[in-house]
Amino acid sequence: MTDAAGATPRRAIPYDEDVVRLFVVATVFWGVAAFAVGLLIALQLAFPVLNLEYSFTTFGRLRPLHTSAAVFAFGGNALFATSLYVVQRTCRAPLFGGRALANFLFWGYQMFIVLAAIGYLVGATQSREYAEPEWYVDLWLTLVWVVYLIVFLGTLLRRREPHIYVANWFFLAFIVTVAVLHIVNNLAVPVSLTGTKSYSLFSGVQDALTQWWYGHNAVGFFLTAGFLGIMYYFIPKRADRPIYSYRLSVVHFWSLIFLYIWAGPHHLHFTALPDWAQTLGMAFSLMLWMPSWGGMINGLMTLSGAWHKLRTDPVLRFMVASVGFYGMSTFEGPVMSIRSVNALSHFTDWTIGHVHSGALGWVAFVSFGAIYHLVPKLWQRDELYSMKLVSVHFWIATVGIVLYVVAMWVSGILQGLMWRSYDELGFLQFSFVETVQAMHPFYVIRATGGALFLIGALIMVYNLWRTIRGDVRGEAPVSAFAAAAE
Amino acid sequence: MPTKIEKDAYTGSDTTGHEWDGIRELNTPLPKWWVYTFYATILWAIGLFILYPAIPGLFSHSKGVLGWTTRDQVAEQMTAAQAAQAGFLDRINQASLEEIVGDNELFTVAQVGGKAAFADNCAPCHAPGGAGRPAFPVLADDDWLWGGTLPEISHTISFGVRADNDESRFSEMPAYDGVFSGQETADLAQYVLSLSRPGADLAAVERAAPLFEDNCVACHEVGGQGNRELGAPRLSDQIWLYADEESAIVSQINQPRHGKMPAWGERLNEATIKMLAVYVHSLGGGE
Repeated sequence: MTDAAGATPRRAIPYDEDVVRLFVVATVFWGVAAFAVGLLIALQLAFPVLNLEYSFTTFGRLRPLHTSAAVFAFGGNALFATSLYVVQRTCRAPLFGGRALANFLFWGYQMFIVLAAIGYLVGATQSREYAEPEWYVDLWLTLVWVVYLIVFLGTLLRRREPHIYVANWFFLAFIVTVAVLHIVNNLAVPVSLTGTKSYSLFSGVQDALTQWWYGHNAVGFFLTAGFLGIMYYFIPKRADRPIYSYRLSVVHFWSLIFLYIWAGPHHLHFTALPDWAQTLGMAFSLMLWMPSWGGMINGLMTLSGAWHKLRTDPVLRFMVASVGFYGMSTFEGPVMSIRSVNALSHFTDWTIGHVHSGALGWVAFVSFGAIYHLVPKLWQRDELYSMKLVSVHFWIATVGIVLYVVAMWVSGILQGLMWRSYDELGFLQFSFVETVQAMHPFYVIRATGGALFLIGALIMVYNLWRTIRGDVRGEAPVSAFAAAAE
Repeated sequence: MPTKIEKDAYTGSDTTGHEWDGIRELNTPLPKWWVYTFYATILWAIGLFILYPAIPGLFSHSKGVLGWTTRDQVAEQMTAAQAAQAGFLDRINQASLEEIVGDNELFTVAQVGGKAAFADNCAPCHAPGGAGRPAFPVLADDDWLWGGTLPEISHTISFGVRADNDESRFSEMPAYDGVFSGQETADLAQYVLSLSRPGADLAAVERAAPLFEDNCVACHEVGGQGNRELGAPRLSDQIWLYADEESAIVSQINQPRHGKMPAWGERLNEATIKMLAVYVHSLGGGE
């Protein structure tokens, strides 16, 4: 059960942890940046004067900065850190390509982030959601990504275990599919080799469909499959329990991979996209419900026999809560894909709330859990500086998410209902600007939730910093319940 | 590592016998409720394929048993909405503006319909409720540039101000840049201010009086009373289109700004224009 079994051969393997450490630091750095920009643009929506009248500080420029920082910088670095750590441990093999490729991966990926961010601020954009970077950044990312695939696959091929662990299936699916999505959606012709502007190979409704095939699967493979890989290693590791069901992991892996890729058209209900494609997108989204929940079941049921650890281990609490949020948003998603529900929810804040219950609750929480688990191991510390601070982080962040998501549910449904409400004489009851005015209080609540989430992350930064320095805060164990029960 | 199947003590389930970095897996069967719910969603999807357009072919696609399309749905809803309004919209089309105001029911319809149309089309410049913004006249007071009777308001809405048609309201104050000296322009600004409030520089007002008479009275009338025929604003009240500071008046004399309003008759139907006229007329200053 413990690492002690077979410790001798394992210790002998020269795992590359330098690059993992770098990616962990980058994850935390970009995470704080993403949350801070998110808070700023949330405040801009509530108080437009904060756009500050400079082109590069307007909502339009900062919004893609926020989404890319959250998804690709924070989420991406978390995936690099964990996948490169997990694949070495579960294959009992050092990284393929050695230090050179690993360092290229790290610095190459950070360069992608910086190039993309500069593009957003100066307004060089393809205007494709989550794929805003222009052609030169796309080419660079393609190169980095191919190296990532080579490193990951090479390590898998050199494994000293007879089987490939489930976390690695998910990581590999994420890497391969993201490569395909990225390349196809960014097919474009540059206007000149010295300029930033390019034109997409697609136009009209084909363009829209390609974009949302990409956009939805960026969620499906980057933020779902990749992070399920994290879940499949860190939850059983932290809970010290076997995975609940190997069979379920096989069935839900393949059904998830097969079904997700067709679900994109649900982003284009009631558009010029042909009706048949809209129906297919909705049908595949509905079938996606159980395959998504397979991951949640495997995550939660792995805890059986270890639920009591939630009382004393706030790191595990982060991971388990993340699986709960994952289950919630993967139920909400299929519901929102239903055409008649979408007629109400589309273009409203409900979508923003849905995305953030996934991004904050699932992606960020499972990453926090993994990072809290990894940092003491990577820096050879016995324990974190303070478990109490982890617990404080957990509760502040959870309250922040709840404020955020509930405010967006209410404002989104209110917005949708206001847009479609007619008076008894058949005239629209509200003008658009009136619906915007009605959003104001919810925008303030949302910004408050975002501020709490950011504060939580800053507490994490402090805690990790002290841990890396080797400090331990003398404190009683986090176990108010346990103490009372004894 | 060899396969070694064990029994997990807590759950009683077998492991698969593999281990990675200390992690093992149970071989628990798929939860029944999970499998059946998955089947149910597949059946739901098949139902959708049968009922709705779903399966693409080489040249067309399956139409679905219901024969439903988004185009039909929107057409149906539009027809229903138009039918619901048809009765009174017809009556509004046939009635004169005065008749609409005189008829309680039609007046209510025009108020509501006018408010909706105003919010979508007019409020971006004139602000909700016609409260006005700098450079965009207030519509809720009795200070009218082009007249505040129902037909006058309706005409302004239909043909616009300085719009590209022969019926449009049109006025253009000449630029006096270079015609007056700087001192003269400053004096005139004091004169204009003095028309609506005390405290102006009396010496300047006296110097400017002949200038005003020679150059401004032709349009703005004696005492700056204004002339709606010519679209010359009244200068003797405290309602200002741009600003009430000397500098703003000086700049308006030197290089006058001329606002534009689109001819809404080109975009909105007759009933909507009528409802808008009645609505604006009722905002507070209708004559």
